Amino acid sequence: MVPAVQLSQVTHVYVTEREAKLAIDGLSVTIMPGQFVSLVGPSGCGKTTLLSIMAGLLQPTYGSAFVYGQLVNGPSPRVGYMLQQDYLFPWRTILENACTGLELTKRLNSASKERVIRLLDGMGLGGTESLYPHQLSGGMRQRVALVRTLATEPELLLLDEPFSALDYQTKLQLEDLIVETLKAHRKTAVLVTHDLSEAIAVSDQVIVLNRDPGSIRRAFDVPELIRETQPFYAREQSGFNDLFHDLWKELEASDRRGIDGKANGG
Amino acid sequence: MAKQTEANSAADEFPDSRSMVEQTYARYRKRRRRFATTVSLTQFIILIAFVGLWELAGRFKWIDVLLFSYPSKIWTQIVQDFANGSIWPHLGMTVGETVVGFFLGTVLGTLLAVLIWWSEFLARVLDPYMVVFNSMPKVALGPLFIVGFGPGFTAIVATTLSITVIITTLVVYNSFREVDPNYVKVVRVFGGSKSVIFRTVILPASFPAIVSTLKVNVGMAWVGVIVGEFLVSKVGLGYLIIYGFQVFNFTLVMSSLVIIAVVATLMYKAVAFLERKLIRRS
Repeated sequence: MVPAVQLSQVTHVYVTEREAKLAIDGLSVTIMPGQFVSLVGPSGCGKTTLLSIMAGLLQPTYGSAFVYGQLVNGPSPRVGYMLQQDYLFPWRTILENACTGLELTKRLNSASKERVIRLLDGMGLGGTESLYPHQLSGGMRQRVALVRTLATEPELLLLDEPFSALDYQTKLQLEDLIVETLKAHRKTAVLVTHDLSEAIAVSDQVIVLNRDPGSIRRAFDVPELIRETQPFYAREQSGFNDLFHDLWKELEASDRRGIDGKANGG
Repeated sequence: MAKQTEANSAADEFPDSRSMVEQTYARYRKRRRRFATTVSLTQFIILIAFVGLWELAGRFKWIDVLLFSYPSKIWTQIVQDFANGSIWPHLGMTVGETVVGFFLGTVLGTLLAVLIWWSEFLARVLDPYMVVFNSMPKVALGPLFIVGFGPGFTAIVATTLSITVIITTLVVYNSFREVDPNYVKVVRVFGGSKSVIFRTVILPASFPAIVSTLKVNVGMAWVGVIVGEFLVSKVGLGYLIIYGFQVFNFTLVMSSLVIIAVVATLMYKAVAFLERKLIRRS
């Protein structure tokens, strides 16, 4: 089977006016279709950079990224991207916002529009089509952003902390919704998050990254029992806490390593 | 049933909670209305006092009537100018120049902003020139425009443009750059090119800024036109002011000023109205 994502020896150097900095160092990872993988790590581990490389927004300085066997050299309609916040355009109605992707990829027609309306309806957003974003709550807006991403039918979804700006209750509801939707459509997903329990609850595999420069520290497979359970209830499954503590230790070690590395370097 | 009784007994304890809300709101509305009335009244009193004092000072020769005129004389002058139609060519010319200068200034300024947003190279190259040009008093270029375009409409519009274009460019360019890069990211993820990014994100997001420079440009255009008319013209409200000054007819100067104030205010209000129409979102 062709992997959904394959990064081989991806290295990225960030250049600013002042300096050039190694953000990611020779990182290789393979994600199979249908998998839900979370990336966790201290800030500065290059999580968002990795997503940008997979999305084709950034070219790696060295190494290469393949999505479904194709070399990534620019944005592709097979890849969807969700940001920290909804970033709906305030001057567009909800329906126009949800159709943005279709419009930009020139696939907007009455059939695809109909599908978007059904998607909105399925996420409890029926009747909001002609409203403007400021008339909706944060959770509803993030759901519209999800519809905008799903409307173009990407096979791979990149989720860049899409729940971080929401309150706890909304966040839990949206986790369930996203996992359910992705499982139903058999999509592959890569989630970047700071929240360990979220990472365990939603994914099949959790990858802990090192920082300065970013590299893989350790990958954890989430036990079957937790994987099979809805994210909301997954937190109550046996084994959840053990995994949480393992991850926590690993993350702390990764954070310390970063600081030590800095101290040694300086 | 039990719930019903509970709700009722709660209502009994606070029998007036709904009317209390209404009363509070009514009180609030009343207070705001009274405040608004007081503001309008005070404004009116200030206007009447100013005009009245000026009139008295003129009539009783407390001030030099030759220099400062007085309201009833100015009013007679305005009525007479409109009645015999002699004001129309002047008014038409000045308003025409202002409108043309205002629109061209905004359009050219915005286009220049688009150009330097498009090319960072151009932005960097033009930067010092724009800074210098923006810092200097543009009306000082008036004589150059007269020599270049000949005395008349074109030279005056050019003077106006020299005042409006660069500041429009700077303001609009800034608003282009201040658009949240994450909005751009949304479009880039869907494979949007630079022109698509501009059309779908940058321009709509900067629309409020562009419309608000319209408001600034109304005032700027008036400065350019009046100064331009001071320098060259044979017709226009600016010309009337200079003419009145030269023949010591200050009633003419004052009446021109009053007409300018009224027309400029109308124009500003029209643009403000346009702004409300164009920007629907709250």
